[in-house]
This record gives sequence, structure tokens and C-alpha cells, in this order.
Amino acid sequence: MTKSGKNHIQTEGLKAPVIRIGALQWIKANLFNGVFNSILTLVTLFFLYKVIPPFARWALIDSLWLSSAEQCRAASGACWSIIPANIRFIIFGFYPHELHWRPFVAIIMLVSLLLYSKNRDHWNKSFGYIWIAGLLTMGILMKGGLFGLTPVESDQWGGLPLTLMLSFFGMFAAYPLGVLLALGRRSKMPAVKTICILYIELIRGVPLISLLFMSAVLFPLFLPEGLTVNKIIRAQAAIILFTAAYIAEVVRGGLQAITRGQYEAAESLGLNYVQRMRLIILPQALKIVIPPTVGILISAFKDTSLVVIIALYDVLKTTKSVLANPSWMGFSPEAYLFVALIYFVCCFSMSNYSRRLEKELHT
Amino acid sequence: MKKGNPVISTEHAAQRAALLHDPKIRAILYQIAVLGIVGLLGYYLFSNTTENLKRQSIATGFGFLHKEASFEIGESLIPYSAADTYIRALLVGALNTIKVAFVGIILTIILGTFLGIARLSKNWLVSKLAAVYIEVMQDIPILLQLFFWYSFFYDILPSPGEALEPLTGVFMSNRGLVFAVPEWRPAYLYMAMAFIAGCIAVYFMRRWARKRQERTGQIFPVLTLSLAIMIGLPLTTWLLAGAPHQMSVPELVGFNFKGGLNMSPEFAALLLGLVLYTAAFVAEIVRAGIQAIGKGQTEAAMAIGLKPGQVLSLVILPQALRVIIPPLTSQMLNLTKNSSLAVAIGFPDFVSVASTTINQTGQAIEGISLIMVVYLCFSLLTSLFMNWYNKKMTLVER
Repeated sequence: MTKSGKNHIQTEGLKAPVIRIGALQWIKANLFNGVFNSILTLVTLFFLYKVIPPFARWALIDSLWLSSAEQCRAASGACWSIIPANIRFIIFGFYPHELHWRPFVAIIMLVSLLLYSKNRDHWNKSFGYIWIAGLLTMGILMKGGLFGLTPVESDQWGGLPLTLMLSFFGMFAAYPLGVLLALGRRSKMPAVKTICILYIELIRGVPLISLLFMSAVLFPLFLPEGLTVNKIIRAQAAIILFTAAYIAEVVRGGLQAITRGQYEAAESLGLNYVQRMRLIILPQALKIVIPPTVGILISAFKDTSLVVIIALYDVLKTTKSVLANPSWMGFSPEAYLFVALIYFVCCFSMSNYSRRLEKELHT
Repeated sequence: MKKGNPVISTEHAAQRAALLHDPKIRAILYQIAVLGIVGLLGYYLFSNTTENLKRQSIATGFGFLHKEASFEIGESLIPYSAADTYIRALLVGALNTIKVAFVGIILTIILGTFLGIARLSKNWLVSKLAAVYIEVMQDIPILLQLFFWYSFFYDILPSPGEALEPLTGVFMSNRGLVFAVPEWRPAYLYMAMAFIAGCIAVYFMRRWARKRQERTGQIFPVLTLSLAIMIGLPLTTWLLAGAPHQMSVPELVGFNFKGGLNMSPEFAALLLGLVLYTAAFVAEIVRAGIQAIGKGQTEAAMAIGLKPGQVLSLVILPQALRVIIPPLTSQMLNLTKNSSLAVAIGFPDFVSVASTTINQTGQAIEGISLIMVVYLCFSLLTSLFMNWYNKKMTLVER
């Protein structure tokens, strides 16, 4: 009795074996499982050994951070001094020097709006208005002319604010157009459908650069005599027209994913077309396509760098003009790495967010 | 009499209302409205444009194509001089675009597949390195990468005198990339012909083998034999032609290299940028394609007694390719479209030749339409291929 009871207690005390993985076992399981993997690991380690130490030496140990261009010429490492020495021009372009706080505040506002938007609990009716108000305030801050702010012509805008404006404002303005195009493409009316398909396929078939050329050279010809629109607005228009076609395709995917039953149920309630779309179909379809929409925002953000080719001073062009300055000539890797870091941080946080959202929304 | 009128008019109004509520008639009205708006907008832009052209006395029409271009082009696949016509200059540009796209697509698929497989590797280090590469490359604009590689060639690499030699026979300098290639012999032409003949033979053999298998159930060793024919035939030709193996090795003569194959810095930077950027996207596609095939498929295929090679070629690959090919083609199209950024680093592709043409002739409308038409042709060809492929690959459910 006692014996079996003791046994009973013992079996009850036994727990499922916990697999403990120490550092060594982990290395064995993940790096040296099998001959092929072991060789692969060794080759990779050798490659890293060849690349990382010299790079770290160049970028960190032998580098100069706050020096003049002449001192840089003598040093063997990276010359990061090019960044602090020119940071204001790289970030703000030709914006009047004493007014730099305005684009700075605008950028801070945009970033805090984005951080605020990250939380999905904040997505309600007033959310859209907050964004519109925020964008308007940013516009006023940049442009001036109201509330006693000195007006700054938009051809003086440049650097990071320009990049952000072209991509975010472009996205906002392109979204309604894209949704309309997507609805048009799914329409049963042949004329509307044809026009939308033609537009979408035409735009998606040509590179953005041809549209930007168009904005630079052709838009002035399209407008009546005496009416001139400045270069930045024209480029913005080209980016909006371009992005809208891509948004249309993404939204179309969302519309196709809504089951027929939803359309039929909405019809049987006696709702008209606008009500059906606004109240039933679009809220569901647009929710599905949030992650790919962030994807479009990322590529729009990267694509704005193409305005360099039509000589707008976005953050890439300001960097290039710093490099054209004779005293800083030749330090292009450092400067480009810095700009790449800006783009990387922005795009990486957006794509990370979109992946998390995708998981949360189970799409 | 007095009562009659209102009755008739309400009936009339009801009829009219019914007419307006008829979905068919409303659809027609809507379409007329849309067409009207689009037409008016088009007319407005057109009339403005013609007026502006007249006022600024810009010539119209494609007559300029036959005039002398009078600008040099750095590199060309066909003979070209400044005395040639614009149309020939544009052809040179188009051929350069095709060259970059063709070489770029091949290299991208190789690198992308390799990275995609590395991303799925059981080796933690390799998988993480591939992940970092994919993420970083996707998040940096292609134009910035092109500028970086361009400055890499011009600012960082030494002059040909102290050229770097990362692999024997490959030299990197600020004059571009030079590498050794086999010296030209007619034998190589015969080899190419033998290879094409081999491909045709393999195609017919596969058809015959499939028919035989359907008829008799016997399996013919298609894969081994195909490989044998496709490799063996050119190899025998090479041996029969006396196995030429002289290499044209680049040598430093004066200030530059002689011999070998020379890539200009512009071309090398463009190719490098496009390949490294697009390969990151291709890697994601390949990874998704492989992961889309559940483990159950492999297990089921093995359970019915297929050999590992057959599992791959009959079960996994056909399914994975169905997932991979459509986004892959769109990436290839993206690469072709992105090659238009050559204009920013001075490689004479179609867009850059066209923009020089626009600057010289002032005929922007024609120039930009030409750019659009050429790229639309590329994307039309791609979508034709896609439709053909999708039709061929749609699941036939029984």
C-alpha cells in the first residue's frame, strides 16, 4: 500500500521534460547540424571576418565626426563630418535659414500623427478630421502667409519636408481617386469600365520617370496661357496620378475579396449604389487592403526620390549638391549611407508596422 | 376637360420618372455624363496645347525622326555616329535598355533564387544574413543605390593602373569592370547551334515520352536524357572543333585595359544597382512560393512511392512555380521600368536618348509619347505572357 502510494506520489510529481537549450546546444542545432551546414557556417563566418572588421575600422575607429573637410582628407577612415557640417542644408534645402523651425515643427507633427495612428483604438470618425487638420497646419507652417508667419514660396521648399510632403500628401490625395478608379473598373457600365481600365493599365505600364518628365515639360503646355503652376505642385500632381493607379489595383483586390452575399444582402435591403458601397462594401474591402496600402505608401515614399531627375531639391538632391561642393567632393559613401539610413528607418518602421497589422487583422 | 389635364400630366410625369428609374436608361445617362466630362477635359487640354504650341512655334509631328541627331552616344550595340538620324539614336537607346534588362533579369533570377533559398536555410546565420540583406535592400530607394554604385566606381575605385582584382581575370577600376572571356572562335557558334538543336530534340523527346507514358504507363528517363542531350551535344561539338580554350585576358596597355570584355562604369553601376535591388524582392517571392507548398504535399508524394527527384519535379515545382511566376514576371517588368533611371547616371538607355532628343528638338509631346509607347509595349508583352501562362497553368479540377 505504502509502496504503491509512494509511487503514485512520485508519478504525480513528474512533470513533462523541459527541453533546456544551452548556448552550445543552440549553436550545434542551428549552425552545425550536418556536414553541409557546418561548412556553410564556416564559410559565412570567414566572409564576415573579411568584411566586418575592415568596415568597422573605416566607419568607427579611423573615422572623423566633427572636423573640417581638410582634416578629413588626411584621415584614412570615414569622414562623417560631412553630415554635421551640412545637416541643415541636407534636411531643409533652400528653406530660409532663420525659419528652419517651421519645417522642423511640421516634421515633428507628422511623426507624432503617425505614432498616434499606430494604435488602432484611435481609428474612428474624428481620426480623419485630425489628419486633415494636421496636414493643413503643416501646410500653413511650411507656406506661411497666415497668422503673421513670413510667407515662403514653395519653390524654396526642399530636403526631408519635400520628400515627406510628396509621399504623404500624394498618398492622401491619390486615395479617393484610386478608390473611384477601382469602383469604376468593377462597374457594369462598359464606357466607365473601359476608361478606368485604360487609365490604370496605361499608368502602370509606364515608368514614373516618364510621368515626371511629363509634369516638367508637358503640363505647362496643357494649361491656358498666363496660368503657371510651380514645379513642385506639378511633380506632386504626377505622383498623385501615378499612385492612384496602384491604389486602384490594391482596392480592386479588396473588392474582389468581398463575398457575393454581401453585395446581394446590401441590395436586398434596398440601399442604392452609393449607400451599398459607402456603408457595406468599402468599409470591409478597405480594411482588408490596409497592409498592401502601407506597401504602396512605402514605395511611394521611395519613389519620391525620382524627383531628383527633374531637379527638385528633395533629400537626395540636397545631398548630391553637398557632394558637388569642391571641399566635400569625394565623400559620397558617407553621405549616401546617411541618406540611406533615413530612408531605411522610415521604410523599415512602416513595413514592420504593416506586417504586425497583417497578423492582427488575420488577412 | 378641367379635370383631364392634371391626370394626363401626372401620368406623363410618372412615365418620365419610371424612365429615369429604369436602371438601363440611368446607366446610359451616367455613361454619357462620364464620357462627356472626359471628352470635355480632353478637348480643353488639347485646345490649350495646340494654342501653346502655335504661340511658342514648336513644330509637331514625327518628322524630326529623320533629321540628323548630331549627338554622340557613349555605348552602342549597333554602329552609330552623330551623323545618324534620331530614329537610329532612339534604336540604340532601346537596344541598350533591352541589354540591361536582359542581363539584369538573368542575374536577378539567379541571385534572388539563391537568396530566397538561403532565407529558408536551417542554418541560422545564413538565414539571418539573407533576411538582413532582403530587408535593407527593399527599404532603400533604387535611385539612391544607383548613385551609390556610380560614385563607388568613380570616387572609390582606383585608376586602371592600380585596378582591384577580386577574382583572377576580373579587374575593377574607375574605367569600369573588365573581365576575361574566351577568345572568339567559330567553334562557339557551332556550340550554340548544337545547343539549340539539342533543345528542339529534347522538346520532341518529352512529348513522345509523355505520350508513351500515357499509353503504356512506362516511365522514360526524361530528365537524365534531356540533360545529357543539352550538355552533351554542345560539348561534343566543342571537342570535335578542336577544344579551343584560349582566353582573352585583359591587359593594362597605357592608361586602360585591352582585351577581355569591358563594362563601362555607368553600365556596371546600373546593372549592379538593379540586380541587387530587385533580387531582394525576388528572394521574397521565391521564399513565399516554397513555403506555400505544405509539408503534406511532400509527404503524400513520398507516400505514393515517388523518388525525391520526382517529388520535386512532379509535385513541388509545378505548384511552387504557379505561385512564383506571376509576381516574378511583374518584378522583371519592374526591373525593366527601373532601368529608365539610367538617365540619372548617364547611361544611354531609351529614356536618356529620348530626353536628349526632347532637349534638342523641343518636341516634348512626341518624345514622351515615344517613351510611353516603348514601355507600354514591354508591359503588353509581359501581360500577354502572363495570360498565356495562367491559361496553361490553371488548375484543371476533375
